Amino acid sequence: MATIKPRVKVPKKAAVDEIIEIKALISHPMHTGRAKDKKGNKIPRKIINRFIASFDGQEVFVANFEPAISANPFIAFPFKATKSGEFKFTWVEDGGAEYTAANKMTVA
Amino acid sequence: MKHVLKMTNISRRQALGLLGVAGAAALVGMPAHADGAGVAAKLKSLTGGKPIGAGDITLDLPEIAENGNAVKVAFSIDSPMSADNYVKAVHVMADGNPTPEVATFNFTPAMGACSASTRMRLAKTQNIIVLAEMSDGSFKQAQQTVKVTIGGCGG
Repeated sequence: MATIKPRVKVPKKAAVDEIIEIKALISHPMHTGRAKDKKGNKIPRKIINRFIASFDGQEVFVANFEPAISANPFIAFPFKATKSGEFKFTWVEDGGAEYTAANKMTVA
Repeated sequence: MKHVLKMTNISRRQALGLLGVAGAAALVGMPAHADGAGVAAKLKSLTGGKPIGAGDITLDLPEIAENGNAVKVAFSIDSPMSADNYVKAVHVMADGNPTPEVATFNFTPAMGACSASTRMRLAKTQNIIVLAEMSDGSFKQAQQTVKVTIGGCGG
């Protein structure tokens, strides 16, 4: 199985009240549970079903994914910079496994 | 010619009644083979039967997607995103996929704007429906058709 690696793009610096864009991607096959392998066996469903972005411990954005989301799920969303702090990003896989990434941002 | 002549004997009221019957039959017959049935049921369960308004949702979808495995879907909704007036959630649905749900996004006023972008799988040419749930409990909807050319030859 390929390694599951999250990648996030957050600006290091932002102006007060600037609306920044955060881009997050995780390498993941997103098995829908419908495809079959070469032997004809069904590949069980295994997807990232939830993405959570929090800033300084407070949840700011949540995305719930269904199997219709492409492999290597990508998500971009806005955020209004008001103070310096740390983002934490969590991807939740079917079965409960979690992958995380953290990014600091300075607001001046 | 025979039944054209007959038609002249039918009163206006009878004719309208017949049209009504034909219309009802068409409506009843639809859900059996329409792709929209799953989405319609989903919309109803999400809104609880509340009316859905239009407008203020900008969709960014390709008209033609050459590869149904990764189709960009992005939207933005005009909203002040203040504590008492913001977009709570956005549901993305596709009416021609094995399951209509694509994704649900939960927004908070801290985001300052309401938009998101991701990539989805589309089994065939179909409609993408975006339903937005506002903080005051009202709903807005937007829809667009995406043509999927599975062969990827652009035709």
